[in-house]
Amino acid sequence: MSRWPALAWVMFLASIPLWVRNQYYLHVLINTGIFAIAAMSLNLLLGYTGQLSLGHVAFFGVGAYTSALISLGFDLQLAPSYILVFEPRPVWVGFLSGIAVAGMFGWVIGKLSFRVRGAYFVIVTVSFAEVVKLVALNWVDLTEGPMALNNIPPVTLALPGLGELTFWKKEPNYYLVLVVCLLSYAVIRRLVRSRAGRAFVALRENEPLAESVGVDVTRFLVLAAVISAAIAGAAGGLYAHYIKIVDPDIFLFIYTVVMVIMVVTGGKGTLLGPVVGAVIFGILPEVLREVARPEVQWIIYGFIMVLIVFFLPDGIVPAAASWWKARTATAGPSGDAREGA
Amino acid sequence: MDQFLQHLLNGLVLGGSYALLGIGLTLIFGIMNVVNFTHGELYSFGAYMVFGIVAALHGNFFVALFLAMALGVILGAGIERSLLRPLRGASIDTTMLVMIGAWIAMQNAEQLLWTGVAKAIRHPFPEAPLVIGPVSVSWIRIFVLAVALLLIAGSHFLIRRTRLGTAMRATFQDRETAALMGVNIDAIHTITFAFGSGLAAAAGALLGPVFVVFPTMGDLAALKAFAIVILGGMGNFMGATLGGLILGVVEEMGAGYISSGYRDAMGFLIIIAVLLFRPTGLFVRAERVG
Repeated sequence: MSRWPALAWVMFLASIPLWVRNQYYLHVLINTGIFAIAAMSLNLLLGYTGQLSLGHVAFFGVGAYTSALISLGFDLQLAPSYILVFEPRPVWVGFLSGIAVAGMFGWVIGKLSFRVRGAYFVIVTVSFAEVVKLVALNWVDLTEGPMALNNIPPVTLALPGLGELTFWKKEPNYYLVLVVCLLSYAVIRRLVRSRAGRAFVALRENEPLAESVGVDVTRFLVLAAVISAAIAGAAGGLYAHYIKIVDPDIFLFIYTVVMVIMVVTGGKGTLLGPVVGAVIFGILPEVLREVARPEVQWIIYGFIMVLIVFFLPDGIVPAAASWWKARTATAGPSGDAREGA
Repeated sequence: MDQFLQHLLNGLVLGGSYALLGIGLTLIFGIMNVVNFTHGELYSFGAYMVFGIVAALHGNFFVALFLAMALGVILGAGIERSLLRPLRGASIDTTMLVMIGAWIAMQNAEQLLWTGVAKAIRHPFPEAPLVIGPVSVSWIRIFVLAVALLLIAGSHFLIRRTRLGTAMRATFQDRETAALMGVNIDAIHTITFAFGSGLAAAAGALLGPVFVVFPTMGDLAALKAFAIVILGGMGNFMGATLGGLILGVVEEMGAGYISSGYRDAMGFLIIIAVLLFRPTGLFVRAERVG
């Protein structure tokens, strides 16, 4: 996107709390923003490196749990006579630690699972997410298991001149999510347009060829996994401090599926695709809520996924882009007008 | 030691049905190169069909078992014809996304139809277990193991000894040459998927009465089937059989000796370990069907 329309969009998004006073609508938008961040991070792996990671929710959950635990504090019996007591730390420390720990998980998983490709890779990532979920469920001393971590403190910022600011209300949380959203977008944009981004695409398109011209495949895949996991961890941290409760259900496989649907619908391997997908599938449930029960909604999403793959395999953003190009270039040859439609 | 024998027996009962799941998935995986995310839904479909026929229609338990398998075969053939045939030759990721979509739609249709409440299936076997020396096992479990072993043997016969099985193996080895030799590849794909789906429905129909039936029961089953496929090697029939039995026993042992909370983690730890040390599976010389 060129500079001025982008700035206009940011201004528009920033102005929303000024004219949307309905707290419930803001809540929907905050959730949408959190999912947009997660979907963008998944797109880095799925869209740019072409690796379908179906364990992505693990990074989201690890970020949420880490951030919550560090800001709540915990004690852990390491040996019969030794108890590690971890004092509560400020929320921003927790949030940053969540990002770091999720990134570390990304590194380990990347190192392990990029030994295999295709279907095997998919299954390793799914297995990993399930193991993490079972640990969260069973390591009750640390995670409280199914009793969940409650009363997670909201984000608190010490601003010079304004004193301490605690994000209890919807509006500040909206701006927080918006800022993290824009930062994630900027990081990913920067990355995919760098040498590393070209390497990602090269090995998505033809891995042996990329390797033969000197692209260190594993290194770049692991790099993508770390950054992707860290951003997903940031989304998880935002979620934990906004919803204020985290339980093992955060690792449900269905959330990964939601992210995949968002990325595929919007357009994988495009910068805006996951955002568009997140907006559609963040708001659609609220629109459908009046007319359809959740089960019916999910059946509809399942059908949408099948229809998208059949009729719009590149997703909405590339299709819209080529439609727009065909429309504005009516003077040119009409041959490519149907391309991507 | 007594406890060990008990865990071993329970593990084999579980493992027999796991093997059915694994065989179905490994054939679909091997012959069609499709990661079948609807496999778990066929499993819960089988269980719900038995429940529906026994509870709502007051049908005979054994007839219900047979009908559940037959309906699984029909449903599988329908999925293959409507979703997978148009996508033949598409990348594995594309078909995977379609199968994920189908899986979500099917699971929620079940949720809508039967609600999320877990249901128990009534079966005609006596409650009192059979006691052999130190171990005791309920009659329904013996029945489940026997039927599972029978189905495994039948599948083995089909793949090894019949013309159809030969055509399936030929398709796996070299699709183009098989087509040149007069094998109808479209038909082989439909039959493979229907057959694998029937086995998954059978596994659900068998384990449904042992445990309880609920809409998301297929999720873990599908993931376990993936574990078995990886353990045995893709497209490897014997590997899937042994892999299923091993997974059942490992789960029971893990639940008995380590922690019952981590029972379901065993399969995933196996996947991760196998892929790290022997990515082609435990029982393979080369990837093959049969």
